Formats: sequence, C-alpha cells, structure tokens
Amino acid sequence: MPAGNLTITTPTDREVVVRRDFDAPRQLVYDAFTKPALLKRWLEAPGRKMEVCEIDLKPGGAYRFVWRGPGRKDVGMQGVYREVVPHERFVRSESWEDWDAGESIITCVLEERSGLTTLTETVLFPSREVRDAVLKAGLEHGTRDSFDKLAQLLGSMEPASV
Amino acid sequence: MTPSPLDSTFAALADPTRRAILARLAASEASVNELAEPFAMSQPAISKHLKVLERAGLISRGRDAQRRPCRIEAAPLAAANQWLERYRELWERSFMRLDELLEEMKQKPRRRRRTTKR
Repeated sequence: MPAGNLTITTPTDREVVVRRDFDAPRQLVYDAFTKPALLKRWLEAPGRKMEVCEIDLKPGGAYRFVWRGPGRKDVGMQGVYREVVPHERFVRSESWEDWDAGESIITCVLEERSGLTTLTETVLFPSREVRDAVLKAGLEHGTRDSFDKLAQLLGSMEPASV
Repeated sequence: MTPSPLDSTFAALADPTRRAILARLAASEASVNELAEPFAMSQPAISKHLKVLERAGLISRGRDAQRRPCRIEAAPLAAANQWLERYRELWERSFMRLDELLEEMKQKPRRRRRTTKR
C-alpha cells in the first residue's frame, strides 16, 4: 500500500513539518481534514476522543476542537482560518484553551499525483520554547537510541547550500 | 526559562551548515580544515559553528593541539531523536485512523444527502 512515509522534521527552531502520503484523491483527504463529522473520527489525543468539533471553513472563520477522556481534563484548541483554497491549501491560527502559549500558524498543503495525495503540514510555533515543549509532551521513558536513527534524523534534514 | 540540554540541541540543529557538519562527522572524525573545505567558508566561520555544537554536547574535540579533531557525540542527538520519535508515533496513530477512514470514503458512492449536525 502506497500510503505512509510519515516524516517529521524541524527545519528551523520554531517549526515542525509533518509530511505523509495518503492513498486517496485530495478531495477526500481535504474533506477528512475540514468536515467535523469526518475529522472527529481520526484526529485523536491519547486517551481522549474529539467531542467538540466546530468549523467555519472560510477566511476569517473560526474553529474549535475539544478532546475529552474519562478522568482527564479537557483539551481545547481554537483559532481562525486565514486562507482556504479548496482541496489544495488551508492556513489557520491555533491556540490552546488552557495554556497561554501564544498562537501557532498551521499551513496544510495537499498535492496529488496519480491518486496518491501528499500532505505537508507546517506548524510555526510562537517561540522555540513552545515548539520544544509540544515535542516533549509526548515523551515516554525507555525508547532505544542508535546510529541508524541518528542517520535517519540527519538524512531527513536539508543539506546546506554553499 | 532555564534552557534544557534538549533546547540547545535543537538550536544547534536549526542551522543547515551545522547539520551538514554533523552528517560529515557521523562518517568519521575530522579536523577543522577538513570540515571547512566543502563550504568555502573561512576557518573562523566554521569554528563559530563548532563552538555551538561543542556547547550543545553534540561534538567533542581532541586534545592534540595541532589537529584538534572533532568527533560526533551521539547521546544528545539520540535524546532529541527520542522526542521526535515519540511525537511521530502519536501522529502516526491518528494518520492510520485516517487511512482507514479514507478507505471507507473511497467505497462510498458520492451522493447528496443532508448531514446531521453533531
């Protein structure tokens, strides 16, 4: 199956870039990202389900997501769409309801080639500290380290231009 | 906010020249001259980058006064890599669910219908 190839890179100290291929035309991928009934079904936070999903998909339109889990505090996120190009590109601001960390800008681009759609999602954080805190948030103990992983990490970054 | 070692690792990695230096050192240790060569960059300029990498604990430099060979140190990169790896796993979980949803969507014939608000 051609889907997969998830890569996460940090090309600058405030950004995280997520790229992944999906085995579907980009109209379907776009719908899955922008229609509440569909988005709720896959965009998860560990131990929680997305219970609130409101999207006003147009420049200046607001959105709000809330994830809930038994015995856990709600995680709420909200923002405003800045750009919407149907099936191709959408840009939104994002801030967390319970964490006064400023605003991130998220740019999603969808490109289709022979029925396979590549998503490139760039998250621009308000500062390096916030970016690193978000990256750290999911860390658990006990993962392995090896030179293979090191090579992968370096290989996924762009070479310097002279 | 007190900077943590991981912060200086990511700061060190944010520069493409420094990443290229690390990629070169991953192959074998090298002197400052050997590292400077591919960049057509002056030695002081390369040395500045090396200082950042050294302060982040990503490279160590040999004692030999003449050559001072640079060597890569894996532990900080491995730690940074653990972050990214875990973060990546969380994303992949969501994306695998999206894969399943997309398969379902591909099966459905496209038809107009009212969707109820939830």
